[in-house]
Amino acid sequence: MPVVMDADRIGRTLTRIAHEIIERNRTLDQLVLVGIQRRGVPLARRLAAAIHAINQHEVPTGALDITLYRDDLMRHTVGTQPVVGRTDIPFSIDDKRILLVDDVLYTGRTIRAALDALIEFGRPTSIQLVVLIDRGHRELPIKADYVGKNVPTSPSQSVQVRLAETDGRDEVEIQE
Amino acid sequence: MKKDLLSINDLSRDEIYRVLDTAVAMREIGERPIKKVPTLRGKTVVNLFYEPSTRTRTSFEIAEKRLSADTLNIAVQASSVQKGETLADTAMNIEAMAPDMIVLRHQSSGACHLLSRICRSRIINAGDGMHEHPTQALLDAFTIRQHKQQIEGLKVAIVGDLLHSRVLRSNVLLLTKLGAEVWMSGPQTLVPRGLDQLGVRFSPTVDEAVEGADVVMMLRIQQERMQGAYFPSLREYYNVFGMTVERMRRAKPDVIVMHPGPMNRGVEIASDVADGPYSVILEQVANGVAVRMAVLYLLAGGVEDEAVA
Repeated sequence: MPVVMDADRIGRTLTRIAHEIIERNRTLDQLVLVGIQRRGVPLARRLAAAIHAINQHEVPTGALDITLYRDDLMRHTVGTQPVVGRTDIPFSIDDKRILLVDDVLYTGRTIRAALDALIEFGRPTSIQLVVLIDRGHRELPIKADYVGKNVPTSPSQSVQVRLAETDGRDEVEIQE
Repeated sequence: MKKDLLSINDLSRDEIYRVLDTAVAMREIGERPIKKVPTLRGKTVVNLFYEPSTRTRTSFEIAEKRLSADTLNIAVQASSVQKGETLADTAMNIEAMAPDMIVLRHQSSGACHLLSRICRSRIINAGDGMHEHPTQALLDAFTIRQHKQQIEGLKVAIVGDLLHSRVLRSNVLLLTKLGAEVWMSGPQTLVPRGLDQLGVRFSPTVDEAVEGADVVMMLRIQQERMQGAYFPSLREYYNVFGMTVERMRRAKPDVIVMHPGPMNRGVEIASDVADGPYSVILEQVANGVAVRMAVLYLLAGGVEDEAVA
């Protein structure tokens, strides 16, 4: 199966995105990072570290679990319910500029759920979307503001992002 | 998960941990500015209560509302049960209006099992007679885990009216399943038969049961269920079995004291124990909402036991 990103490539991509974030947001004061469970969370932490390495600015970082907001949750009730992860946003998001972080952007339904969830925590000034991989096939009108890599796929394929924090190593692989 | 939650025996060890882990996530929702998630939108939950209850009924209702379910409460004192309708008929009539879940509290042991047989709705046992109260045992386990990290290997002393307590039965099943060492104490007249088959130790003296305990769980003296004289007086009960600060000294220094409520202060528990630093009684109440949200969420999924589905 083709590996489309290795550890080195992921590291350089995150550094590039950190630079883009700094470039596009004139002031970093109101900026916060929120990672979507599970792999968006370590990605958000790494982006915070990368931004800090560039200009010593600490960006507050939180974790968001969207399981309870999924639109397919109660539609086909067979099998066990999905595991609910931790949400931990230890700061107010009112009047903040949120950078929402996830590993793969596909149908857009996860992001829809995340937007619903975030709005219940407060009223941010803006929400921007950061993804490591955009694999296309959107089902909702959602677009990422920062993309690590565009990977053309067919719907029958799956994109597996592995990160050291969750999977022991950094790698992006396409599986048939 | 099975279709219904009637007894702790309906849950495997893994499923108990799944409930407890999910409850950790649910607890966080209660700390948000908007304490609500859309998860059970469009689901109808009927709370059918044949016995007075403040804590459990309120707890279930808050849990249901935080998950966006439509809830309605049937307090039997103001319903057609007063006109002579049987439990089965009441249940069938509620069932005809197609609810998704029924939360039942009933004075007869086994009432939930009856409903489970005749209803398509998911049944959650909120206490049936002297039988079981599974969500109470789950919230107790959640509270213990918060303080002690794990349940395996802990010494848990349960003291009080062992005979009439459904909280006791559910807790013993759960705690032994998770590997705790369970001790009990109470008047010989209030010890149910067959206690020794549950894998627990009994001591006629509170001091021995509490010695070196990590958790002390007090049970209420259930005067409303007592149809006879089980002990001479409440005063004497307190002197022999009441949990006092002196008795608590025999437990581990980091012991926690639990009580499922409502408390009889000065009967099974002294006020300075109930309000003392080791008391987690109000935390139990707070955790009840999170644990019940977890149960509602997990039961709303698919049924693994295909015979029932």
